[in-house]
Amino acid sequence: MYTDKVMEHFTNPRNVGSLDDADGVGEVGNASCGDIMKIYLKVEDNVIKDIKFKTFGCGAAIATSSMVTEMALGKTLDEAMELTNQAVAEALDGLPAQKMHCSNLAADALHEAIKNYKESNG
Amino acid sequence: MKQIYLDYNATSPVRPEVLEAMLPFYKEQFGNPSSVHWAGRAVSGAVEQAREQVAAAINASPAEIVFVSCGSEGDNMAIKGSLAALKDKGNHIITTAVEHPAVLETCEYLEKNGYEVTYLPVDRDGLLDLADLEAAITDRTVLISVMWANNETGNIFPVEEIGAIARKHQIRFHTDAVQAVGKLEIDVQKANIDLLVLSGHKVGAPKGVGAVYIRRGTRMVPFIHGGHQERGRRAGTHNVPGIVALGKACEIATAERQAYYERVRALRDKLENGLLQQVPDIKLNGTPDRDQRLPNTLNVSFAYIEGESLLLNLDMYGIAASSGSACTSGSLEPSHVMGAMCVEVTLAHSSTRFSLGPETTEEEIDSLLEVLPATVQRLREMSPLYNCGKDAEECLTCETVKRL
Repeated sequence: MYTDKVMEHFTNPRNVGSLDDADGVGEVGNASCGDIMKIYLKVEDNVIKDIKFKTFGCGAAIATSSMVTEMALGKTLDEAMELTNQAVAEALDGLPAQKMHCSNLAADALHEAIKNYKESNG
Repeated sequence: MKQIYLDYNATSPVRPEVLEAMLPFYKEQFGNPSSVHWAGRAVSGAVEQAREQVAAAINASPAEIVFVSCGSEGDNMAIKGSLAALKDKGNHIITTAVEHPAVLETCEYLEKNGYEVTYLPVDRDGLLDLADLEAAITDRTVLISVMWANNETGNIFPVEEIGAIARKHQIRFHTDAVQAVGKLEIDVQKANIDLLVLSGHKVGAPKGVGAVYIRRGTRMVPFIHGGHQERGRRAGTHNVPGIVALGKACEIATAERQAYYERVRALRDKLENGLLQQVPDIKLNGTPDRDQRLPNTLNVSFAYIEGESLLLNLDMYGIAASSGSACTSGSLEPSHVMGAMCVEVTLAHSSTRFSLGPETTEEEIDSLLEVLPATVQRLREMSPLYNCGKDAEECLTCETVKRL
């Protein structure tokens, strides 16, 4: 069902955890659909210096969360805003069709975290 | 890696003796039992012997057994065939909110076609209140359909009491006994059952065969029209190897039932005790009264984590189980059984079923108990719901995942 890359990220997820002194936090999803993703950012000079995630959800939800943190780390906020759910899924060599909508929200969580940072540092 | 299969409620391997019994019917005994010549005669006896074996397993007469292709066909045939035959008497069905989709979807289809259906609720332990059943009966009620045991929780329903109520009101009683056969004593006389459905692949026969018990004198409209097989009750060339296998599997299951019950229950109880002791924030789904649950089934929810990710982790250790999460059901909603039981929605997504079988060993249960607590903890450390300062929410409104 899942690609090797999805399983690799699911088995060894990158950047799991939270940041107590996060500059921005974003959360998307809801319990009823079975996926909740939370992303924590540390920002310096407009660049993502550290990023962590916590996810309640299926294999795809965990793998996309892991992948988005890897893709966003070191990027400027503008570059990170350009990351799409589609790009995250492609970086994982694709997701099963039924997972594209429900469990592919990691870029949204990242964008929410960036917005949260901008609001509190605007 | 050693493989540990704990999903017997989904399907079971064909038992070696059963496979042995069915093989000749693919080769030398290939005939069509409806044929008059030597090739047909050679196999018709085997079909009738299987009918006797199936009948004996549920205390019925062989003539009351009709072979079908699977449990879903059996349920469709029992329900639609009854309603068509009874359309002058009424149009109301009473069933439960926790039936298998083969019954629920059939009832929902019938609702769209002018029938009325009452879906009896269950309580938080997944149990029925028979006062609800009595209260739901009207003079238009023609069928009560209640499963013998629930596939997800293992809860056993009081079929004898339901049969007595149905008999008192002269309403036909159908039960989906797919999960009960081979695990519990099944007596269609004692329980006043008019229609009972069983499936081969849950009792050690292959997929693709099942049977419906139709009490003598129960009028039915055939569901599959065609040839005169099964005394006109179900057309279609007999699946001879499958039927022979079903007969053999029923015979073995009946002979071994009591010993199997005790053995598998001891293993299930060990697993249940172990998990409840070792894993904090765990919820049992189903009745805590273990006598009222199938001896092989355990369904639990691990707070803060989702079922599919747990199954994938267990799969890496070679352990096969199943989940009521939306992700494994192929829909966006978690299990309707958990919804009907008013299980809080994240707990519903994390419901995990372990169903043991004849080949399950104590070593396998020990392996699971060794692996599972750490796996759950690993996923919890990843979850935004864990240690977030909020307690797991109690479901008060029951709005969460109620399907019906």
